[in-house]
Amino acid sequence: MPSTQQLEDLTTQVRRDILRMVHKVNSGHPGGSLGCAEFFVTLYQDIMEYSTDFDMNGIGEDLFFLSNGHISPVYYSVLARSGFFPVDELNTFRLINSRLQGHPTTHEGLPGVRIASGSLGQGMSVAIGAAQAKKLNKDSHLVYSLHGDGELQEGQNWEAIMYAAGNQVDNLIATVDLNGQQIDGSTDTVLPMGSLRAKFEAFGWTVVDIENGNDIESILKGMAEAKSKTGQGKPVCVLLKTVMGNGVDFMMHTHAWHGKAPNDEQLEIGLSQNPETLGDY
Amino acid sequence: MIINLQSTTKMKTYTNTGSKDTRSGFGAGLTELGQTNENVVALCADLIGSLKMDDFKANHPERFYQVGIAEANMIGMAAGLTVGGKIPFTGTFANFSTGRVYDQIRQSVAYSGKNVKICASHAGLTLGEDGATHQILEDIGLMKMLPGMVVINPCDYNQTKAATIAIAEHNGPVYLRFGRPKVANFTPENQTFEIGKAVHLTEGSDVTIVATGHLVWEALEAAKTLDEKGISAEVINIHTIKPLDDKAILDSVAKTGCIVTAEEHNFLGGLGESVARVLATNKPTPQEFVATQDTFGESGTPAQLMDKYGLNSAAIQAAAERVMQRK
Repeated sequence: MPSTQQLEDLTTQVRRDILRMVHKVNSGHPGGSLGCAEFFVTLYQDIMEYSTDFDMNGIGEDLFFLSNGHISPVYYSVLARSGFFPVDELNTFRLINSRLQGHPTTHEGLPGVRIASGSLGQGMSVAIGAAQAKKLNKDSHLVYSLHGDGELQEGQNWEAIMYAAGNQVDNLIATVDLNGQQIDGSTDTVLPMGSLRAKFEAFGWTVVDIENGNDIESILKGMAEAKSKTGQGKPVCVLLKTVMGNGVDFMMHTHAWHGKAPNDEQLEIGLSQNPETLGDY
Repeated sequence: MIINLQSTTKMKTYTNTGSKDTRSGFGAGLTELGQTNENVVALCADLIGSLKMDDFKANHPERFYQVGIAEANMIGMAAGLTVGGKIPFTGTFANFSTGRVYDQIRQSVAYSGKNVKICASHAGLTLGEDGATHQILEDIGLMKMLPGMVVINPCDYNQTKAATIAIAEHNGPVYLRFGRPKVANFTPENQTFEIGKAVHLTEGSDVTIVATGHLVWEALEAAKTLDEKGISAEVINIHTIKPLDDKAILDSVAKTGCIVTAEEHNFLGGLGESVARVLATNKPTPQEFVATQDTFGESGTPAQLMDKYGLNSAAIQAAAERVMQRK
């Protein structure tokens, strides 16, 4: 397993990738991507067991489904830097004829991606289906998924949340990126969701909190706890409290950078706050 | 003296071996698949009896998923089950199989290229008394517009069973549409079903009638009446609306010079429009549409509704005579 320092170095590099990707095409979603950088790095470098020799069925591997597909920059950066496809390909993000579409898709055959996402609220159901297939296949590996907190306003999630508890889908760890922000403002102002812990528990899930979702040690500890609670008849939800835009000071604690790219000057400031560690693509 | 050759050639006729519902054909096909293909799994949104999925559920409880009244989750789960090599068959009414979950099908199934079979019962007006909320007449259009989606609307019990079995062998998303009422069962038992291959039912020289679903039998009935009037109708069963058998249609109109399309669906977006596209781009041909005319349905018995909305053999016969005048 890589050391915490190695994970932090990779996270810094991933932040640079995110900023450079969205800057180049003057579009994309840096805020949520930056907020989840530590989570993705930890998930792909430490927590999950998988093969980079990509097979869609993923039998004998842990699987990950990204439901809030707009944070594709962090997904692509971490997939590339985990060996699924050449890091240079990050250069093609959102360009014509690229496998790195604005939102992730299987349509272009990008290794590592098992479902298209972007239209929100669908990933939980997909993850549950994949988890049920694992049970049928007697495959003891786990299914992980990530969802935005604002995304939980989509009703399909609650169909899925109800199903997973009612049917003991206990090989699933669904993580919610609790950054409290969405396009039009804070989740509390757009559509207050109350206590997500209380909601998930009321539906019959086990809930694990990660209070500092931008701290690698906290993520490692929290995800280990989540993993220890699988296989006990209940699906597991991780409430990952993150700071949107984390690691770039002017992008932090605001929804302003949800879907906006930095200009040249802002890029330089952002990069200066995240010095190159593993080499830019 | 002009001799009508057709009057000397006896038109091929078909016998109803006993009316059955097409949804039971689906159920029988699914039961067989349960025994022959261990990767087939089934999901249902609280309509097991209506979809005739009871046998599959009883025989393979571990491969059956009751999702409750939650169709969006059902479609997403089906997409997820394909990751792991499963072949999911989802079952609910046609309305809830398509319109209600269009975006889930679009993104998680069609765009994601998932091997999901969306199996939809109670399509069209013949749902009957439940009325327009449940009588979807737009589903063929919705589904055929999705890139990569195969759209099949078999005509009777035997063909629906064969289609159900056949789609398990096709790798990709499929929309299989069938209905509620008992209708004539006239195609061969244990037939081989070839996706995208039209079935010629009668040979004819005056008018082509292409029909899908419940209207295939009505087309045959219309052809009989036309035959008695000395009009030779070529009836083609288009069980697969997408991919459409362009060649079968073009070869037929090359002989007849006019065509009637017949379907239990809106004339916007259905089989008729697909046929019109093929004709317009290859051989412009007079066409009449037997279909609903941009309207919702209503409560009534299936027969009353099919009569009121012009979807029976009388309507097809009249359309055939109209279109022949336009040659």
